[in-house]
Amino acid sequence: MNSVHSTDSGQFESVIGLEVHSQLLTKTKMFCTCPNIFGIEPNSAVCPVCLGLPGALPVINFEGIKLAVKAALALNIDINKRSVFVRKNYFYPDLPKGYQISQYLEPVSSGGYLDIKVEGVEKRVEINRLHIEEDAGKLIHVENESYVDLNRAGTPLIEIVSEPNINSSGEAVAYLKELRNILVYLGVSDGNMEEGSFRCDANVSVRKKGDPGLGTRTEVKNVNSFKFVEKAINYEIERQIDVILDGGKVIQETRLYDSKEDLTRPMRGKEEAHDYRYFEEPDLPPLILTDKFISEIKGSITELPTAKRERYATEYLLTEYDGGVLTQDKEIALYFEDLIEINEGRVEIKKIANWVINDLLSELKTRDKMKVRKERVIDLVKIENFLGLILEVETGNINKNTGKTVLAEMLLSGKKAGEIIKEKNLAQVSDEKGIGDIINHVLEENPKELTDLISGKDKLFGFFVGAVMKKTKGKANPKKVNEILKRSIAEKIKGCRE
Amino acid sequence: MDNLYGLTIGELGELLRQGEIKSVDIADSYIKRIKEVDTSVGAYLQTDFEEAMKNAENADKIIMSGGDIPPITGIPLSIKDIFLIKGKKTTCASKILNNFISPYDATVVKKLKQNNYVFLGKTNLDEFAMGSSTENSAYKVTRNPYDSKRVPGGSSGGSAASVSADLCAGSFGTDTGGSVRQPAAFCGVVGLKPTYGLISRYGIVAFSSSLDQAGVLAKDTTDAAILLGAVAGFDERDQTTRRFEVKNYADIVGRANKASIKGLRVGMPVEFFSEGLDPGVNSKILEVRELLKGLGANIVDISLPDTKYSVAAYYIIATSEASSNLERYDGIRFGYRYKQEQGTRGLGLDDLYSKSREFGFGDEVKRRIILGTFALSAGYYDAYYKKASLIRKLIIKNYKDAFEKADIIIGPTSPAPAFLIGEKTGDPLSMYLSDIYTISVNLSYLPALSMPVGFADNPTKPGGVLPIGLQIISPWLTEDRLLSVAKIIEGEIKFRENNINKKDIRYE
Repeated sequence: MNSVHSTDSGQFESVIGLEVHSQLLTKTKMFCTCPNIFGIEPNSAVCPVCLGLPGALPVINFEGIKLAVKAALALNIDINKRSVFVRKNYFYPDLPKGYQISQYLEPVSSGGYLDIKVEGVEKRVEINRLHIEEDAGKLIHVENESYVDLNRAGTPLIEIVSEPNINSSGEAVAYLKELRNILVYLGVSDGNMEEGSFRCDANVSVRKKGDPGLGTRTEVKNVNSFKFVEKAINYEIERQIDVILDGGKVIQETRLYDSKEDLTRPMRGKEEAHDYRYFEEPDLPPLILTDKFISEIKGSITELPTAKRERYATEYLLTEYDGGVLTQDKEIALYFEDLIEINEGRVEIKKIANWVINDLLSELKTRDKMKVRKERVIDLVKIENFLGLILEVETGNINKNTGKTVLAEMLLSGKKAGEIIKEKNLAQVSDEKGIGDIINHVLEENPKELTDLISGKDKLFGFFVGAVMKKTKGKANPKKVNEILKRSIAEKIKGCRE
Repeated sequence: MDNLYGLTIGELGELLRQGEIKSVDIADSYIKRIKEVDTSVGAYLQTDFEEAMKNAENADKIIMSGGDIPPITGIPLSIKDIFLIKGKKTTCASKILNNFISPYDATVVKKLKQNNYVFLGKTNLDEFAMGSSTENSAYKVTRNPYDSKRVPGGSSGGSAASVSADLCAGSFGTDTGGSVRQPAAFCGVVGLKPTYGLISRYGIVAFSSSLDQAGVLAKDTTDAAILLGAVAGFDERDQTTRRFEVKNYADIVGRANKASIKGLRVGMPVEFFSEGLDPGVNSKILEVRELLKGLGANIVDISLPDTKYSVAAYYIIATSEASSNLERYDGIRFGYRYKQEQGTRGLGLDDLYSKSREFGFGDEVKRRIILGTFALSAGYYDAYYKKASLIRKLIIKNYKDAFEKADIIIGPTSPAPAFLIGEKTGDPLSMYLSDIYTISVNLSYLPALSMPVGFADNPTKPGGVLPIGLQIISPWLTEDRLLSVAKIIEGEIKFRENNINKKDIRYE
């Protein structure tokens, strides 16, 4: 949006609250024993309970409760030992019972926070609550027909509601990334935004800087990637500021983000005019959690990203940046830690970190774009093989560039570095005599350049290094090449003077 | 042996175990009786005689093989058409479920099958169990076996009539506000609603989840104990059932001794004997009081002051829960779907919902959905649903206090005997008031039963009589006490023995 008011918009600040829904990685659904899986034939993981057949009754899946409590504990949210399930009533074809079992006034946990860092600045985002509910099914529209798939109906969900104390899209994204990362670390969620197992609605409002009250908010839905969250919030902030500067009033409404057009649109009034008629779910007794239950879950929580980052800084002496990158993904962090363990001090930790960050992660990124799952990559490059590759480079058997070639090959074949080096004859030429012979050869082949170099055109040194590397197909140890070449040229100069 | 249909489950079981008769004989007797009589009573919505004979043959084999035979093995029973039975239609007497075939068994049914009962058929009810006369059925009228012009009560009217008219040996119903006890009273049979949570609700079409409870309708208290014992107990599919101790009710009732009445504190709530109580009913209940006094009971006057709000609280809680429970009948996945002349194409989603529900549900169901939806809506929740829930707590407390002073409570089941068909259909409120003594029991999760204790003269039928029901209420999970006291009263009053030729059933 190109705002004519852009000069005035600086007097506003935005206030954002996020509602995050995350599916839980339980074996079965929240209130029945159907498998909790994705991507199978429609309506094949269903039973009388999740189909909402007459007479069927929900039964609480305690695995789901455990994961929700685990998430709440990790997010510093207080656990309520007594919580109550409610019915949220509305009609929609993907909602078989006509109500969603959720929690409302008495959620399983409430009052917590999550610390984030945006451009080096720390911020504490207050969390209002985390509660348990069930997912709805899915509608599939084909031309003029609509089909209902209820495989997802009854999938365990947690909803995490932040307080409205996020003030920019950047903070919103940082919060979501950290939140998602924690849930994945905990094994609570797979964090998949594309498949909708981790999704978010943003409540956005703006106010004049310094105003104590909140402006009228809109709820932005359909933001299923970090990028869209950022764009949708930015769009909505600008839109609201424009409305106000034009003398209008922001209407409280639900808006859908259109990623193709990069804008938000109001939902039809009817679609959002819900009176959910919440009341206690009479089919389920209140959920009572014991201290023992809670402390057992507390004890099962493994190291979270923040703690890891701190440890990487103190124990591994890595920079904050390196620690941040390495802990962004639980699998990668564990991979890195395993590397260090089997390395047994042979290679400097910083170097291993560089290998992971610069080589493995960039490779992962490329593959990610090609929709190759990261598990597959980690699977292909076994930890011991990756360390083997690092050692080959560190001991000088191959040079860094050849290392990259070996890694690419490793990803294709899954073979060990040594095997690949042998097969492809990639071993570095390091012996003085070998390199010396090649250098002499190159010098002889280029008498003019040699003369120029001797007469003072130092730039030509690089030319000769390049020529030697070319001759050895990159296998020569560059350090050695430099050394010997310097020596040879010095001798030549000396010879000339003599 | 002739007229096996007239015997109780206890009597039939004894003959079966002694090898005097076979289950197929009993089934045959009931099938004939249903064929002769049910066209006039109208208790059944569906029957399956072929299956009944198959069940009976199977039961005979099991009885032949000996061993420990459960008391309902080989006994033909009817089931209210609100319980799901795999492969059979469950209509709930509603048009909206006119084509719904159950894909699974209710837990009660599963247990009955494990006990090798004989299935006769499914009985009529008020649509979705909403009503007190069975007149709200979308399918048929059920008549009171004592007067074909009168209602059998409801909502388990078909079940009560089927037991009363000897169209089965016993029946399963449900009781949300009196739906087992009131029809039992109207039809002169025993109706027991156990403690909420004693019988699984899994597979019973929900009306009001916090009030619904399966119950039994039987020819006498022994049979009621047998039927309860067959289906009571914890069910992992229903989280409102608890790991209660399931007692051997039939054994306990069998040992019931008059002497145990001595010193029993029998509570009579003043609120149950006030305005609106039929004098004929009143005098019968007072006779029971004298009887118990004569056996040594201490009669204590008690008060349940907040039960005067129970009808109001009930109609908010029950309709609120119903408005939510009935949302699943939307024409999308099963049941009735409204079709336009040219099919449903072109019909918007909202129209599909509203038309399917408009034509699928009957008036009383729609009335309650609207009431409940209103009571739960934003801005009204506190004034209605929340307040009703508070009143419910007060009523629970009333009973708790009362049971400090009394071991059991007695009173009328219904303010008056069976009313005429059509008498109250135009006046929903007066219909609601026919459950005035039963509703507070559901609100308090308590067990209670209704048993016939005599007759009132039938004002519209010279020489005719109408049964009167006594309601006995006892503390949570004391069904054994409840049934034992009832058994002793039954032994003194001898209702069945004095009941010959008083029914009004035409034979085809």
